[in-house]
Amino acid sequence: MTNTDWPLWEVFVRSRRGLSHTHAGSLHAPDAELALRNARDLYTRRGEGVSIWVVPSSAITASSPDEKDPFFEPAADKPYRHPTFYEIPEGVKHL
Amino acid sequence: MTTPTTVPLTAALALGDDALVLSHRLGEWAGHAPVLEEEVALANIALDLLGQARVLLSMAGDEDELAYLREERAFRNLQLVEQPNGDFAHTIARQLYFSTYQHLLYAELAAGEGPFAPLAAKAVKETAYHRDHAEQWTLRLGDGTEAAHERMQRACAALWRFTGEMFRPVEGLDVDGERMESAWLASVGEVLGRATLTVPEGPRSGAWTAGAGRQGLHTEPFGRMLAEMQHLHRSHPGASW
Amino acid sequence: MATAAAHETARTQAYGTGDATDTTGTDAYETAFDAAVAADERIEPRDWMPDAYRSTLIRQIAQHAHSEIIGMQPEANWITRAPSLRRKAILMAKVQDEAGHGLYLYSAAETLGTSRDELLDKLHTGRQKYSSIFNYPTLTWADVGAIGWLVDGAAITNQVPLCRCSYGPYARAMVRICKEESFHQRQGYELLLALGRGTPEQHAMAQDAVDRWWWPSLMMFGPPDDESPHSAQSMAWKIKRHSNDELRQRFVDICVPQAESLGLTLPDPDLRWNEERGHHDFGVIDWAEFWDVLKGNGPCNEQRMTQRRRAHDEGAWVREAAAAYAAKHSGGRQTGETGETGATRA
Repeated sequence: MTNTDWPLWEVFVRSRRGLSHTHAGSLHAPDAELALRNARDLYTRRGEGVSIWVVPSSAITASSPDEKDPFFEPAADKPYRHPTFYEIPEGVKHL
Repeated sequence: MTTPTTVPLTAALALGDDALVLSHRLGEWAGHAPVLEEEVALANIALDLLGQARVLLSMAGDEDELAYLREERAFRNLQLVEQPNGDFAHTIARQLYFSTYQHLLYAELAAGEGPFAPLAAKAVKETAYHRDHAEQWTLRLGDGTEAAHERMQRACAALWRFTGEMFRPVEGLDVDGERMESAWLASVGEVLGRATLTVPEGPRSGAWTAGAGRQGLHTEPFGRMLAEMQHLHRSHPGASW
Repeated sequence: MATAAAHETARTQAYGTGDATDTTGTDAYETAFDAAVAADERIEPRDWMPDAYRSTLIRQIAQHAHSEIIGMQPEANWITRAPSLRRKAILMAKVQDEAGHGLYLYSAAETLGTSRDELLDKLHTGRQKYSSIFNYPTLTWADVGAIGWLVDGAAITNQVPLCRCSYGPYARAMVRICKEESFHQRQGYELLLALGRGTPEQHAMAQDAVDRWWWPSLMMFGPPDDESPHSAQSMAWKIKRHSNDELRQRFVDICVPQAESLGLTLPDPDLRWNEERGHHDFGVIDWAEFWDVLKGNGPCNEQRMTQRRRAHDEGAWVREAAAAYAAKHSGGRQTGETGETGATRA
């Protein structure tokens, strides 16, 4: 890499307790310490997060070039895993 | 919060002016930072400081009147914070010296029950971050390339003589200056050491610098900074914005 | 080593490992791509996409990112002179947002297999453009208000439809940007309102700013539809969702009543409500000026580029130092995590 070319990091933010970290975007930083700090400044400057992970983009292994590949298809035929699969009588709340 | 009668004016102005002036200097970086991520970081620090300044100046009177209508000799900030940005190394050295001081100061004020305790409780978290930012960059500039090391060493030396003033007593500020000073020296010394930089050897105050900013004696660049900051407000007496 | 983005790696896989492309053929991919766009689905970084779609997006997102960071300059010009501490805080936060938006957009562009360094280099060498509006100067404090109201207003009109752009990372960046930008336009309007209701001098300052920024703001929507070279293809790809003229008309219709509330006039004698069309008619835009500024002859082209290049060049030693430090201390952890409260910010 050229001397000034900082590597890319992927940023994951936990927006509040009880939720998992979600991909927020990416940024450049020379190392993990500064990546964390930059992530805090950039992705949580309006109080959007309680916890941050940064991961070197190069460390991520993707399932497959094509996002819609067989890897995920088995999940699509199990709609009963999703709440909308179930019909709920009108008026029933808190379910 | 606090009732105005209990506010030590001199101290509120001293701390408020520190925050106001340094925030202004950091604001000058906008559009000039060495990397985009640092634009965001420097602005965050500047905004924290401006927020502190507004609370402190409002304790002492009308924030805008105090910021825009006082003459240079009436400002009570440290000479350190008014020093021009210089290169990024100078800005980081100034940040290291000041944020270490400010963090120690607010930690002590937050632990007490004086009129500044509520502000200090919030500000101590902000300044902890400013201090961390300055330390991280001190390490990288000091222990990165040779060129950066030289710049950082030069910057640390250039600003060293403005650091003694921070620990002189301020009327109405109930802190142990001596203890803070030794904590400051230990912390800055440790960071500089880790950054492979040497602690400057020159005096930390002189006939002119000892407590001078706190007494309204400033350095030449400050007048020009105020002229720029105040001119629009002063050009329209009584107008609201 | 170039930044080894996951996306880039994946992209290499897509083109490099070959078997999918070889056995299925590009046609099947193209059909799937067209179907996804037609069904209003999002295209994601690892999906196959036509080369022209990729290059069009890179060009558009890069130009957008460049506009954010060059756009910091005219407003930063007033940070040190803001006439009240409240205004100073607002302006600093706004200019900071623009740096943040630039970062979001460079990130989105990088998912297409380019790097920020490459894009910045193209900006610095004039091979990529930024919005011409930022080649106009901010001469008075009221210009900060006019930029917020008119320039950000025009930008939002342009950007809101982009939240539904067919390319996922760009659309997501735009959602974030639009959410954050809603305060930008409001602060500008409020600033002008204070001036409009202020002293006669303040009122005159506000009117002068609106007089200077109105026409350049209308030019921000780009040339008329019949002279806009890339529009048709971008519309078909759903990178762009409305035509230049359509968005310009929408903007004019929004601004007219807003100007009335400000007590300011828009500098166009031909501006009037057209009952039949249900829209405002407005005067002819000086396209000669538009093309001239675009070519580099605007009042600030040179100045903006000089400052950008200087900031980049003068920052080189800092970036080098940080990279060298990271290389020296690379024995440290490779990933970072804050404590649960470590990242909390007031």
